[in-house]
Amino acid sequence: MAEVTLTGVSKAFGKDVALDGLTITIPDGSFVVLLGPTGAGKTTTLRMVSGLDVPDKGHVSIGGQDMTGLTPAQRDVAMVFQQYSLYPHLTVRQNLEFPLKSPLHKTPQKEIDLKVNEVAGILQISHKLDNKATALSGGEMQRVSIGRALVRNPSIYLMDEPLSSLDAKLRADLRVEMKSIQAKAGATILYVTHDQVEAMTMATHVGVLDHGKLVQFGTPREIYEEPVSIYAASRLGQPRINILPASLFSGAPENAVDIGLRPEQIKQGEGESSLVRRVEHLGDQTRLHLVFKDHNLITVTNAHTELKSGDTVKICPRNPFYFDANGARIA
Amino acid sequence: MAQIRIENVRKEFGAFTAVESSSFTVEDGEFFMLLGPSGCGKTTTLRMMAGLELPTSGEIYIDGEEVGQKPASQRDIAFVFQMFALYPHMNVGKNIGYPLISQGMSRADARKKVVEVARILGIENILNRRVGGLSGGDRQRVALGRAIVREPKAFFMDEPLGALDAEFREHMSEELRALHDRMGSTTVYVTHDQLEAMQMGDKIVVMDQGVVEQFGVPQEIYDWPATRFVAQFIGSPPMNFLDFHGAVDKGTSKVTLGETEFGMPPLLEGARGDLIFGVRPEHIRLDSVAPYKGRIVATEYLGTTQIVSLDTPNGTIKARIESHEKARVGDVTGMHFDPRTVTLFEAASGRALLSEANQGVLHHG
Repeated sequence: MAEVTLTGVSKAFGKDVALDGLTITIPDGSFVVLLGPTGAGKTTTLRMVSGLDVPDKGHVSIGGQDMTGLTPAQRDVAMVFQQYSLYPHLTVRQNLEFPLKSPLHKTPQKEIDLKVNEVAGILQISHKLDNKATALSGGEMQRVSIGRALVRNPSIYLMDEPLSSLDAKLRADLRVEMKSIQAKAGATILYVTHDQVEAMTMATHVGVLDHGKLVQFGTPREIYEEPVSIYAASRLGQPRINILPASLFSGAPENAVDIGLRPEQIKQGEGESSLVRRVEHLGDQTRLHLVFKDHNLITVTNAHTELKSGDTVKICPRNPFYFDANGARIA
Repeated sequence: MAQIRIENVRKEFGAFTAVESSSFTVEDGEFFMLLGPSGCGKTTTLRMMAGLELPTSGEIYIDGEEVGQKPASQRDIAFVFQMFALYPHMNVGKNIGYPLISQGMSRADARKKVVEVARILGIENILNRRVGGLSGGDRQRVALGRAIVREPKAFFMDEPLGALDAEFREHMSEELRALHDRMGSTTVYVTHDQLEAMQMGDKIVVMDQGVVEQFGVPQEIYDWPATRFVAQFIGSPPMNFLDFHGAVDKGTSKVTLGETEFGMPPLLEGARGDLIFGVRPEHIRLDSVAPYKGRIVATEYLGTTQIVSLDTPNGTIKARIESHEKARVGDVTGMHFDPRTVTLFEAASGRALLSEANQGVLHHG
């Protein structure tokens, strides 16, 4: 495992700028999740590290070694894509063994068997080892392709939405598994996802990308509790943070333009009245859609609330975020 | 505007039974969800309600009229699919107005209706645009416009948001629900996403392997699942299941697992043998002095709350607690289960035992 750094990396595809002087360090042994909407540069970043794409400007280094001019095969990285790519004519076991059978490695068969069985157990596919890869369901195929990366011991694992095609239960299981595998093995992982639950629960660090630039890097808790901007604050949290004109409430600092309120930053039962527009019972909690001085906001209350649409509820901010005209956090 | 009643509807494809005899009622104006994993029969049920598939047996009533064997064209309904098919050579306005023109309405009248629908959907400024260059959201709005312009008795939607990414999906689901609230038309909606079902639905039918497991309002289904399947399919993380072997008597409000006694709502029936004690993650409190112990094996930070996984004598248990509460991996702690929220299940059938808390809300199909 190794530290990976990108320094001033830019990449354009025709007129589209995918990365704009991106500088980021993925510490050795960390699980870094890149967050951002489509087009923020997440996947391009992965492809720069893997060597599948080459920067127009800037450098990528792995373990202190400059990667310029090295092919993907020379970089000692393992990749898992959203779309599984297995060898259809081979069995699950043969697919998992494949990376270890490379003539470069000369791994003894006993060691290979041990590793394959261990990984198959973790991914709950032990009973399918002798099936043809094509005889598996989509979820099983994706687990095999994750497994094929895990049997190796590369400098870094690069993963592009590897869980997005799996069903909810398996995704939840694998989240916990991936995190514990990573922590136990001390693996370095760079991971791309749209799913903020994956980011929050698995990452040691989250990198927030905006138009090819890194705008915040920190633990999930730091990004959630101390976001640097409206953009960063909007990446995490369900329901999304409410962004409203700061003037709606008293107590805003002088140059504040917007106030940011997560559900836990809205105190209920005190302050000014808001109208309940809609009540959504989600089981463990209830979402309230409120109208406050002509602005919509969403907050959360206990599961068995008596509130119904048409009722009013008093609200006021509690330790809110404030942002300036550029969306930068000022308090 | 329509009430839709399903009575003992059943569908076979050759030797395969897609939907076992099912009965439920969609009331006029309801936003009604058909929820279940893939292959559970929810889409087949929807297609039978819409007339795209004819039931093998049973009756379907729309506003009291039996329509089970009538094709879709005679049912005055509109169907919105996951993949919205628009006519690429027509502009937005013509796409929306097409169903009216093809019914023989005059161009002037159709135009008036199209503008009205476009206003409801907030797309009146793009009526003259070609559909080719539109964003995913606008394409979806156009497809919806084409469905609502005819003012059908009911809408049927088969995972209409399934192809959208998460952020946009949330936005569209709110928009769809708000649209329904303005128009008040009966809507039947198929999804495999339990959160979407809870969020949007007035009522939910939960299906598994062709069987209606439960139907009712979302919070009741969440609180008082009729079967083990419903309890694990709804909620994320799902309900915790502690398997045990024992006996409980009618009227009791205590159950013993291992050496620990737990409270629960008084039972209205007894049972013995392999049983399951069910408790939701947010109804577990970590309490160092509680006698039932577990070792913390993982914590997952979620912002407001965190999920704590604990190894216990009855398997892994997940608890949802506030994110500022201390929970360190490796620590051993006690657990307290809120007795008012517990459900017991028979292991073999997966059926919830009747108690004072869940009587009256367990509606099977």
